[in-house]
This record gives sequence, C-alpha cells and structure tokens, in this order.
Amino acid sequence: MSSAEDATNRDDGQPLADDARVDLDAVFEESRIQEVFDQLDRELIGLRPVKTRIREIAALLLVDHVRRQFNLASDTPTLHMCFTGNPGTGKTTVAERMAQILHKLDYVREGHLVSVTRDDLVGQYIGHTAPKTKEVIKRAMGGVLFIDEAYYLYRPENERDYGQESIEILLQVMENNRDDLVVILAGYKDRMDTFFESNPGFRSRIAHHIDFPDYSPDELGAISQLMLADENYRFSDEARVAFDEYIERRMQQPHFANARSIRNALDRMRLRQAKRLFEARGSVTRKDLTTLEADDVRASRVFAEPLQTSD
Amino acid sequence: MRITQGTFSFLPELTDDQIKKQVKYCLDNGWAVNLEYTDDPHPRNTYWEMYGQPMFDLKDPAGLMMDLEECRKTFPNHYIRVTAFDSTHQWETPRLSFIVNRPPSEPGFQVTRQECEGRKIRYTVHSYATDQPESQRYRN
Repeated sequence: MSSAEDATNRDDGQPLADDARVDLDAVFEESRIQEVFDQLDRELIGLRPVKTRIREIAALLLVDHVRRQFNLASDTPTLHMCFTGNPGTGKTTVAERMAQILHKLDYVREGHLVSVTRDDLVGQYIGHTAPKTKEVIKRAMGGVLFIDEAYYLYRPENERDYGQESIEILLQVMENNRDDLVVILAGYKDRMDTFFESNPGFRSRIAHHIDFPDYSPDELGAISQLMLADENYRFSDEARVAFDEYIERRMQQPHFANARSIRNALDRMRLRQAKRLFEARGSVTRKDLTTLEADDVRASRVFAEPLQTSD
Repeated sequence: MRITQGTFSFLPELTDDQIKKQVKYCLDNGWAVNLEYTDDPHPRNTYWEMYGQPMFDLKDPAGLMMDLEECRKTFPNHYIRVTAFDSTHQWETPRLSFIVNRPPSEPGFQVTRQECEGRKIRYTVHSYATDQPESQRYRN
C-alpha cells in the first residue's frame, strides 16, 4: 500500500514521511464540512463576508489537521471573534451556527452556546464579579461563549465599575484556555470600536473581526419567505407584491432593524390574519389557515406614510 | 498510611487526563460535579467543605479542571475529592466520588482501646493528623 492512500485515515500518532502525499479532497469529504456550508447557504440569506470568513476558518482548521499529521508543530489557531453590525443582521444566529460549525470541525469539544450579557458577568458588589464571571466561563467550556452587547462591560463614566474586573478575567481565560472555549463578542460597530479603543488587550486577542452588512430589499424578501415557511405560512401572490412594497417603505423609516423588523412585521400580519379569519366566522380550509392575504399586509401603519423617492 | 476512600482509591493517583475522563463520564450521565476538601481524614467524616459552588450546567470537564487547579493552589496539603451528584428522582445522592489531591505525607491512624465494665473493650480510631488544630495539619 502506498503511503498516499492510507495517509488520510491514519490516526496512530506517527508522523508522516516528508515526501508523503495527503489527499485534501478525501480529508474534506471525511470532515462533512460541505454539509455545513450547504446548510449555511440554505438557511442564511446574504451575509457574504461572514460566509467567506467561515470558509477560511474551516480551511485553516483542515490544513492544520493535515499539518499535524506531518508533525509540523504550530499553535492551535485562536478563534475568538467579534461580530459587529446593525441590529437584526444575524449576529446571534450566526453565533449559534458557529458553535455547531466549530464542533463539526473538531475545534470545540461540545459545541454548545452560552449566550450572556453584562448582567450575567458583572456582580452587584465587591467580590461578586469574579465568581459570577468564572461560573459563566465554566459553563461555556467546551463550547462557545457569546457576549451580546459586549461594550456594556466597560463603563468609562464610572471608574469603580465592576465591569473592568470581568474584562480582566475574560482576557486571562481567552489567553490561557484557548483550547477550551471560543469567545464571541457582538455589538454595534461604533460602540464596539470605542470599547476596543479603551481595551486594546481585547482587540489584540481577537483574531477575527467580522462585520455584518445590512440586508438588501431582495435579501429581506427571501428572509421573510424562509421565516414564513418555518411557521407553515405563505404569502398569496398579491400579498407577496404588497410585502415587497412594505419592505421598501419600512427601510426608509427610523428604527429599521433588518431581519428583526421583518420578523415583527410578519408576527403582526399573522395577528391580522387570525382576526380576519375569526371575524369572518364560517368554516376555514387548510389553505385559508396558511395564507396571508394582501389585506393583512396593507393594513400596516407603514403604508399610511408617504413613500419618499430616493432622489 | 495512604487513605483509601471513594472510588479508584486503591489505584495509583489519577493523572489530570484521567480525572478529566472520569468527570466527562459523570457529565455524560447527567450528574452534577463539585469539589470538596478537608484536612480530617477520618472515614466517618462525610461532610467535607465544598470548594465554590456545585457545577450544575457544566458541559465539559475543563470547567472543573480550572477550579481544581485553583483549589490545589489554595489547599495543597488537603484532601480534595470530586463528587458527582445525581439529581434524578429517587436517586438524589452522590453517585461517584474520588480523591484528586492528598497531602504529601499521611501519618495514618491510631487504634485506641477503652476498657469497660467486665472485660469488654471498645475500639476507636484516631487520626494523628487531627492532633493539630484545623488548617494546621499536614504542614511538614
């Protein structure tokens, strides 16, 4: 047997010969990463830069795995990440996926996500913060620790704020327990930048800064389609047209939160549909129950305001 | 005299990797692990001090190992054990318990005989370590 064929499957700890060949295709095949990519493409609309980065990370881990077979020593890559982006751009959703992906890639052992905010990390009185933060870190070991709105950890206006203590513990763990957990910070771009300016240690310990772009109207349309399908609803053809118009109008109004606004809009439309069906009395069919009509969409407050043309 | 309490106590000391694997086994069974320490080795001393809080919600042994490291630093000359608690209905009890740290030298026990009425004799064991007050034992 040539060393090329059995090279991909060996696991006996013996380094490969210098001139051995490893078939990357076979390694790729074996790792089931393609499944993950397909799922990502299917379930997450848009987010090009995010997906690119995930592919890069996957490639890195794969190559690292092969390098180890040749006994080429290198440190485990740090995968602490920072997600920045506007509200509703999918930061939390991607973080959840990231835990599963890293688990499939064999980087984390358990693949669970512990999602926390400032309240879970920072205590109320002196001596309360350290145990609290450590408790959370222990729970996250073997998985991903996701800190939403991480900039709240640092409160510059109060110099005795306990957040600083929490930050120091996190920094230490991010350095010492790199093999045990992955820390993902998330927050709005501008505030995260300020946060990193005042905590340069954090910035340098995070290898991956990923910016989540806003969705285009088309992408939002596709997202709404997915969300409805998940809940066993669908738009009638007129409703679809009306909803595209809704998206266009909603995007111009203040407090637009991308996919989150879409989800809320859909929830309200389901309410209106239920009300319509209920008031009509009589019997309903399966189709009635699953279809959102144009009226359900057009009753929205968003249509009351005049549409501004973009010039 | 090397005391033998809990599981694995007749085996050589577990290495950290072995401890990790045992803890993983506990977690896979859904038991909650915790760390306890004491400097009173008497076999009837069942209630040891708990180090930190019991670790419910733990998924990976690394969390316990982090605490164990700290605990060993704080109490290098104490007995430390890992206890796995099963909270399922009608078990509600420790399912597994093993020592993960012990003092460098263990002086052992003395058998004391008490002569009673008639020719009766009562036996009791007394640990030499407890001749010293708490926290001053095993200092050599």
